[in-house]
Amino acid sequence: MKASTPKSNAARRQFLFDSARMACGVGMLGLGLGLYAKQSKALPALALRPPGALAEDDFLGACIRCGLCVRDCPYDTLVLAKPEDPVATGTPYFTARQIPCEMCEDIPCIKACPTGALDHSLTDINKAKMGIAVLIDHETCLNFLGLRCDVCYRECPVIDKAITLVHQSNQRTGRHAMLLPTVHSEHCTGCGICEKKCVLEEAAIRVLPPPLAQGKLGSHYRIGWEEQKKAGRSLIDESQMIDLPDRMPEGVTLPGHYDPASGMTEPAPRDLPSEPIAIPSQPPGLGDQP
Amino acid sequence: MSRKRIGAEAVAEKGWLAAHRWLILRRLTQLGILALFLLGPLAGIWIVKGNLNYSYTLDFLPLTDPFIALQSALAGHLPETLGIVGVVIVTLFYLLFGGRLYCSWLCPINMVTDAAGWLRRRLGIKGSAHISRSTRYWILGVALLGSALLGDVLWELVNPVSMLHRGLFFGMGVAWTVVLVVFLFDLFVMNRGWCGHLCPVGAFYSLLGHWSPVRIAAPARQACNDCMDCFEVCPEPQVIRPALKGEARGIGPVILAANCTNCGRCIDVCSKEVFTFGMRFNNPVSTLPPVAPVTD
Repeated sequence: MKASTPKSNAARRQFLFDSARMACGVGMLGLGLGLYAKQSKALPALALRPPGALAEDDFLGACIRCGLCVRDCPYDTLVLAKPEDPVATGTPYFTARQIPCEMCEDIPCIKACPTGALDHSLTDINKAKMGIAVLIDHETCLNFLGLRCDVCYRECPVIDKAITLVHQSNQRTGRHAMLLPTVHSEHCTGCGICEKKCVLEEAAIRVLPPPLAQGKLGSHYRIGWEEQKKAGRSLIDESQMIDLPDRMPEGVTLPGHYDPASGMTEPAPRDLPSEPIAIPSQPPGLGDQP
Repeated sequence: MSRKRIGAEAVAEKGWLAAHRWLILRRLTQLGILALFLLGPLAGIWIVKGNLNYSYTLDFLPLTDPFIALQSALAGHLPETLGIVGVVIVTLFYLLFGGRLYCSWLCPINMVTDAAGWLRRRLGIKGSAHISRSTRYWILGVALLGSALLGDVLWELVNPVSMLHRGLFFGMGVAWTVVLVVFLFDLFVMNRGWCGHLCPVGAFYSLLGHWSPVRIAAPARQACNDCMDCFEVCPEPQVIRPALKGEARGIGPVILAANCTNCGRCIDVCSKEVFTFGMRFNNPVSTLPPVAPVTD
């Protein structure tokens, strides 16, 4: 073992203390930065990324905050986040209610991006997924109130695909139709024009990031009628199906159906009734029309 | 003020212009580059688009900040072709001309911290918190490691350099408060604190330009009259001593330390014209004039 002089001992102690001090200080900085980075990954629901943007986690690693997409956006839709914005500083986003994406066919923002943050393989703007429009408020939407506003439907650049009007009877008046704007996620690009054009003071339809806007079926779920269409036949042996009792409104019988409450104790033969059956749940005013 | 102004001797000897030559050139470069970037958003003349992180000049020349590209690469993402070409061009430039040329000739924060340093001297503010100048390399390590671990371009979340530069062309917001904090920190807390001790961008560029051939040298070091003006004015004064005072220890006159920013202020303030821009290869051990052989 080497004999250590007092001087080298002191020097070693000093070195260890200095290193520990530096490691602690820089560790604290790293911790703070890391926590801040985690926080900044929470993109607010109304901040939308440009077309072709990677999923938020990947986007923040790929985007180099240069602003070229902002520069080449002809509609001044995109802005770079300022330090005080609730979006990671220097990254591009837009707010649909302010300036929506006009869905340029040549997608200049993607072309300008020097990184893969905006996916260069996206060449058809109709396949963009900036978000998904959701008719979020059924209480104030004028069409839900029975009026024919239709503005979101008419302004939608993918009209009749991304938004359709679905016919439904107006339960309040009993005699009118409601045409409900209905978003179809596979065609909606999330451009935000519907949200921008919504005539209400606060938009009833809003573009949300897909993870917020969409539910997800269990991976083991199968939709019977689609499987049937794919297979060309029913996937189960229909002759083996058990006919469970049908519960009918009081006093109504439906021949051919087994319903213990109706007094029919025997399953009737399965043929359709010759006379039409009145179903009282039909709204008044419609039932007496032919 | 009783204390003599730095460079007063040089002004007296060489005239004001010659004693501020490199400073003026540097400010013109810094402001010129800012003006080029500003022409677009202010006047609609798009010569350069983007900012220091990545810019595209005349739809022809891509320039990418290699430090940002490295963080992004560590986060698992490589740039597209133009981005990569930009990295190569910028990297080659700084390999050749000295990495920290970025700090003194390009970085917009340099004018802020230079102003703080100047005001500190003028106000005679003494005392400075002491931390090691190597702290910046630790912070650089945190930025790179954190980028890899978190999948983010980590330093960009807080980087005052890009906040200021981006703010000027894309909207400042409250980024000016960050710049003000850097200014006040340098002024009151630590002499040359940000650029000289903490900034990992400078640390990265010092490593990039570690072997750059273009260097400041002190070939006329035997003329030094120990006025100390160069040490006073230098943002990284520790780099000067070996080259200026190394004759006895057999160290050549070229400033080889990677943290020399090639700003040229030492050339300006020296009344004896000791310093000059030179090449690292031209670095003789001794700069004394050859002694004539003694003859009888």
